Amino acid sequence: MSLLQIKDLSLTIHGAQILKRINLSIDAGQIVAVTGESGSGKSMTALAVMQLLPSGAEADGSLQLDGQNLLNQSEAQMCALRGAAIGMVFQEPMTALNPVKTIGDQVMETILIHKAMPPARARARAKEVLSRVGLPTHRFPMSRYPHELSGGQRQRVVIAMAIALRPRLLIADEPTTALDVTTQAQILDLLKGLVSEYGMGLLMITHDLAVVADMADQIVIMRHGEVVETGTTEHLLHHMQHPYTRMLFEASGHQVSLPLSPNPYPLLEVEDVVRDYRLPRTHLFGAPGHHRAVDQVSFTLNRGERLGLVGESGCGKSTLTRAILGLEDVQHGRISLGGQPVFTGHTPNLAVRRKMQVVFQDPYGSFNPRHRVARLITEPFHLLDTPPTGSERRDRIAEMLVAVGLSPNDASRYIHEFSGGQRQRIAIARALIIRPELILFDEAISALDVSVRARILDLLAELCATYDLTYLFISHDLSVVRTITDRVLVMQAGRIVEQGATEQVFAQPRHPYTRTLIDAAPRLPEMGQGAA
Amino acid sequence: MLRYALKRLLSLVLSLAVASVVIFAVIEVAPGDPASFMLGVNAQADTLAALRAELGLDVSKIERYFNWVGGMLAGDFGTSYTYRTPVSQMIADRLWVSLPLAIYALTLSTLIAFPAGLYAAARRGKPGDVAVMGATQLGIAVPNFWFAMMLVLVFAINLRWFNAGGFAGWENGLWTGLQSLTLPAIALALPQGAILARVMRSALLDILAEDFMRTARAKGLSRRQALWRHGVRNALIPVLTIIGLQFSFLLAGSIIIEQVFYLPGLGRLVFQAISARDLIVVESVVMLLVFAVIMVNFLVDLAYAAVDPRLRSRT
Repeated sequence: MSLLQIKDLSLTIHGAQILKRINLSIDAGQIVAVTGESGSGKSMTALAVMQLLPSGAEADGSLQLDGQNLLNQSEAQMCALRGAAIGMVFQEPMTALNPVKTIGDQVMETILIHKAMPPARARARAKEVLSRVGLPTHRFPMSRYPHELSGGQRQRVVIAMAIALRPRLLIADEPTTALDVTTQAQILDLLKGLVSEYGMGLLMITHDLAVVADMADQIVIMRHGEVVETGTTEHLLHHMQHPYTRMLFEASGHQVSLPLSPNPYPLLEVEDVVRDYRLPRTHLFGAPGHHRAVDQVSFTLNRGERLGLVGESGCGKSTLTRAILGLEDVQHGRISLGGQPVFTGHTPNLAVRRKMQVVFQDPYGSFNPRHRVARLITEPFHLLDTPPTGSERRDRIAEMLVAVGLSPNDASRYIHEFSGGQRQRIAIARALIIRPELILFDEAISALDVSVRARILDLLAELCATYDLTYLFISHDLSVVRTITDRVLVMQAGRIVEQGATEQVFAQPRHPYTRTLIDAAPRLPEMGQGAA
Repeated sequence: MLRYALKRLLSLVLSLAVASVVIFAVIEVAPGDPASFMLGVNAQADTLAALRAELGLDVSKIERYFNWVGGMLAGDFGTSYTYRTPVSQMIADRLWVSLPLAIYALTLSTLIAFPAGLYAAARRGKPGDVAVMGATQLGIAVPNFWFAMMLVLVFAINLRWFNAGGFAGWENGLWTGLQSLTLPAIALALPQGAILARVMRSALLDILAEDFMRTARAKGLSRRQALWRHGVRNALIPVLTIIGLQFSFLLAGSIIIEQVFYLPGLGRLVFQAISARDLIVVESVVMLLVFAVIMVNFLVDLAYAAVDPRLRSRT
């Protein structure tokens, strides 16, 4: 008999259908990955197993854990099962821990709340579990607070809390989405190790197909609240039946071909740039320390070139981006665009700044929700000495909207009426409308679903052909950088450790850090021809 | 933690120094000659000269500032021009009423607010929450002197449990003193408690939406256990801020209530001193209140650090 057997599970929230007759099962020691795009109902499936659904939710069908229907349990009975029989790990390690309690207390709480053992033994068990997840107490005392740990370390604490009582079933909801590739690889290894060591069943929710292919014994593909395809990983990868599954896999490994760039000459020149941040004083009268976020960075971006910038969080990518945009003064070095410096002394040079535009990660947060699209995308017109007016303005808006695959009629709508992918198209339209010489894409497609991401990549390739774009593409997603750039910079701890033609850097990385990054990134397996 | 406390203390001393300069500058220097201001436009020349000598206005401004600060540090606040008594004695007498009243009212307000806020937050959107929110809305909207008059009507005139006004003094025992402060404290506490309850509720609701509350539930804590163990302490920061503000307000801002209950408090002292143009008293009381506000902020800062470990390490 299966450990977890979900049969015909349907779910409505305030009358809206979220899940439609879901079926899936997990055996002890098995990893089942549920995948699909946002809104497919994969997280709700996990929350339904925990019975931690939002208010107004009504579930129907059966959720059997070891033959016990979870839907019939009272709230008190569920409290006894949560944490003890079912453990759960969440997506956001930065916020999943209580900031005012020590990590030891939080791990111990799982044990004490179930009265599984007396406090002294609970402490010993918490210590043991923390060591097991890679936080030995001699290096990470149990008196540490969450803010004293990195994201990956916090995720280990969350895992320790979830497995402290050796639950039979572990649910992990996007456990590595918020982490860097190298950390992700470590956490995935840890989860795999725990499953085989404890014989737990693991229900893993993730949108990342490369992670799925690498981890899971069984794959469940969901769309719009329904399971569209399911099977063992090996079988499904080679004999996928459903067109949606094929589309997902195709989109995940989506490749575009960029047009050749016109004859190159230097556009953006970055020479020896250094950016220090002052740290708080350690002594009342001592000199404050410094954190060098960007350390003697030099590179040149030619006109018409598509340059990638990769590195883990905290490596200085964002600081460098802000410095290029003239949003941040640098202590040393020179940044110039078309021969003119971005900063003259300590004042940003507005004439240079207006030749650059940026597209940010959050397609919703970067727009004023109370303005119409026409006003949003014409915002950069402020920068022009003679902004177009009247019919010329309308024509420019219409042209840009069409260029990014929207309709001229969308100009009078508000941003909340658009999907995430459409919003990012509007952000691109806003960046393009004054024909900047340089565009910076700062993790611009990281928050998008794979199918949407594939279409945005196509759009960028098209725009490159039409407008001869020059851009700097900043991302932690190596597979995307590989297809959308001509040349790439690899950044580590404020320095550029490797640069070169994208294909060459990826195929033959010379710096050990580049190799680590490439090895840690989960890869989609080559799909068999039978799949097509 | 110790370094954090020392840093806060340093900032406290600096704030006091800056505040004393500002108060001195505004009252003594800006409106021209304090002596002629105190005596009014029709003052006799010889009276003016006498007052100037008495106020020590015949030395330089810098010297006067240091005389003033030095005197305060030694406990000498000068002599009241209208009452001809040492200001320090007048303030001390009033503080014996105002300080206990503020503490009493704040305690009551906290005692009302915590259970009400917790209760409402735990029952968000349900009848209990709606009832508490309605009651607090009323508590904020109704002026405290109306509460005061109703309390007098019910508990002093009809039930005769308390006196309608006046202060019995502490000489006759703690209980007698407290008894004469009870009705004023309740009248002060009701609106403050209503505000605090709302702050408590919204702070808790913010915390309830946090990811770590879901983590707590996933560990097997019931809704109520999660609220108590993980919610309350995290919600304390905004609540402490409001408590600090309320204490400063209660110390001097209770003039209307003091008036209704005939209490000899600080509020009435300032009011009388301003009416009589007794700048020496005004200046001293203002400095004292500034001291109280800064002191309370210091304590609130320490309380923040006790509650939130992130603040301790950020020094």
